Amino acid sequence: MAESHSPGDLVVLLGTPTAESSRLYAITLRTGDPSWAGALAGVALGLPVYHIIEEEVKRQIPAATYEEHVALMEMAMDVGDIASAVSAVREDSA
Amino acid sequence: MELKGRKVIALGERDGIQGGTLALCAGEAGAQVVLEKTYCFV
Amino acid sequence: MSKPTSPVTLARPVVRGVRYFLAHTPGLVRHGSKPARDIAADPSLAEAIGANLRDFPAAAAYPPNRVLLGALHPDALSGLPRPWFDHRGEDAREGPHGEIMPGEAFLALLKMCDAANLVALEEGFTARQQQALARHPLITAQDRERLGQGLPEGEIDALLQGSLPTLPLHDGEGVRVGCIRADHEQDDTLAAGVLLENLACKATAAMALRSLLTGEEINPGKVGYVLNSGEEAVGDRYQRGGGNLAKAVAEQCGCGEATGVDVKGFCAGPVHALVIAAGLVASRVFDTVAVVGGCSLAKLGMKYRGHLNQGQSILEDVLAGAAVLVGPDDGRSPVLRLDALGRHTVAAGSSQQAILEHLVARPLEGLGLGFQDIGKYATELHNPELTEPGGSGNVPELNYRLIAGLAALRQEIAREDIPAFVKAHGMPGFSPTQGHIASALPFLGHALDGLREGNLQRAMFLAKGSLFLGRMTQLADGMSFILERNSGVEADS
Repeated sequence: MAESHSPGDLVVLLGTPTAESSRLYAITLRTGDPSWAGALAGVALGLPVYHIIEEEVKRQIPAATYEEHVALMEMAMDVGDIASAVSAVREDSA
Repeated sequence: MELKGRKVIALGERDGIQGGTLALCAGEAGAQVVLEKTYCFV
Repeated sequence: MSKPTSPVTLARPVVRGVRYFLAHTPGLVRHGSKPARDIAADPSLAEAIGANLRDFPAAAAYPPNRVLLGALHPDALSGLPRPWFDHRGEDAREGPHGEIMPGEAFLALLKMCDAANLVALEEGFTARQQQALARHPLITAQDRERLGQGLPEGEIDALLQGSLPTLPLHDGEGVRVGCIRADHEQDDTLAAGVLLENLACKATAAMALRSLLTGEEINPGKVGYVLNSGEEAVGDRYQRGGGNLAKAVAEQCGCGEATGVDVKGFCAGPVHALVIAAGLVASRVFDTVAVVGGCSLAKLGMKYRGHLNQGQSILEDVLAGAAVLVGPDDGRSPVLRLDALGRHTVAAGSSQQAILEHLVARPLEGLGLGFQDIGKYATELHNPELTEPGGSGNVPELNYRLIAGLAALRQEIAREDIPAFVKAHGMPGFSPTQGHIASALPFLGHALDGLREGNLQRAMFLAKGSLFLGRMTQLADGMSFILERNSGVEADS
């Protein structure tokens, strides 16, 4: 699947509920993990990983849509910790 | 990072934001979702 | 010409009882899906795993296991500082809602449930287990006969080296005590690992049902139908998920007047099955329906890496089964409100809002109730000590925050009251990570107690199924029901 898209085009969007799981995903997708099976096997390394609750993602989604579909989950998550975890992985690999 | 015109891999989690919801939101932000998955770890 | 029939009046379905069965099987952790794959890739891991297993007294004393078996209330865990595995309280084998059986006895139980001569146990081991189980009130003479005398060590060796692929079976110390064979050299749906998994489901479900029938003093012959709601796949290569393990369980429990069928729904299976059972009882098709669920052997040691990394014992070392009885109104058992079911429908959408609107808000609206009118919600009740070391978070807490959050969005509570709502209407997780068994079911025992005694008026049971894992849809699923205290007015005749 990765072969049909140029890596520069692709971005990963996460919906993981905790900072720890978000961090693990972000690291795995950055560095690659051979045990990452299924559709993601062979996906190009070094993809930028974002979480939907990060401000720079959220502000691109129509407010009504975000409110209806994401707002509740956002209330139950530690938004600050998750955003820090994911952006830290991006910065580390920059 | 601009989503408009970008290709998105949506990785959701059952007890978080699921793949379908990520795809819906990314789509409305102008992205093209090329892979949608939801994971479950329990 | 057909005779006119009088109209059937609906019965009110009640939940008459539940029992759980735990088997402490450190010796089988190596056969869990994750450990087995990792050991195949790196055999040296077997030693690391073997060195970090708990003994039976530790597992029996483990507070979350005691909560499941009814000896402690879930709320008591809030007052117990973590790590819970540091608390060695009473290690009794039995609680009010079921027993925990040592792994060695469980291997003997597998042989007792073995209808196809798949399991071979060494004769010295067999003799010891015959003695250990000699006075077990739920083990029958037929069981002991099927357990038999076992085989000499040499014959076990021969089986393991024979033409049929065979898996060794070990006790908690890592000593090999027997084996289980595949039933076909080429059919991978009858591989030794698959048969072990299915046989373990049969055994755990059957012990839970036997315990329930005995505990509630119900003649097995009175059970009309058995619904099995586990996630195993029983079949062969032409019909991989043929199923009906329910009937095998009914047979094992002496339910001679029953047949059965499997209700499959990933983790939501049991809740679906309870709704179906209640519907059958309400429409008077059957008087007594048993819903059972066996264990999830594949999930033994699922997150073992996280535990090893934290220097902890591997805590996913128990197999869990459950059995529930549904019958018509008896004037005292809690009522299952078939008029207030929650269903995550195809068109609902996949957001947490949509899921909880369907599972929680709509049934409450239908009854003219608010979120606070449910005394306790039972969601996925996975023990956070099992899930947190591997980075999977605290699943029950997350689910309760979502329910509280929805109550706040609907302005039924203030946002700052979310933590108080979670504490009052939720509970700490305590279930082993056993899939469908962990989903809402673990609270049923305490709920029935509370609803009968009057400390609880209503409990809601909600479960979610990860259908997307089977790749036939991207959808998830969910189902919920409410149990209500019986008003005691007029039992059905």
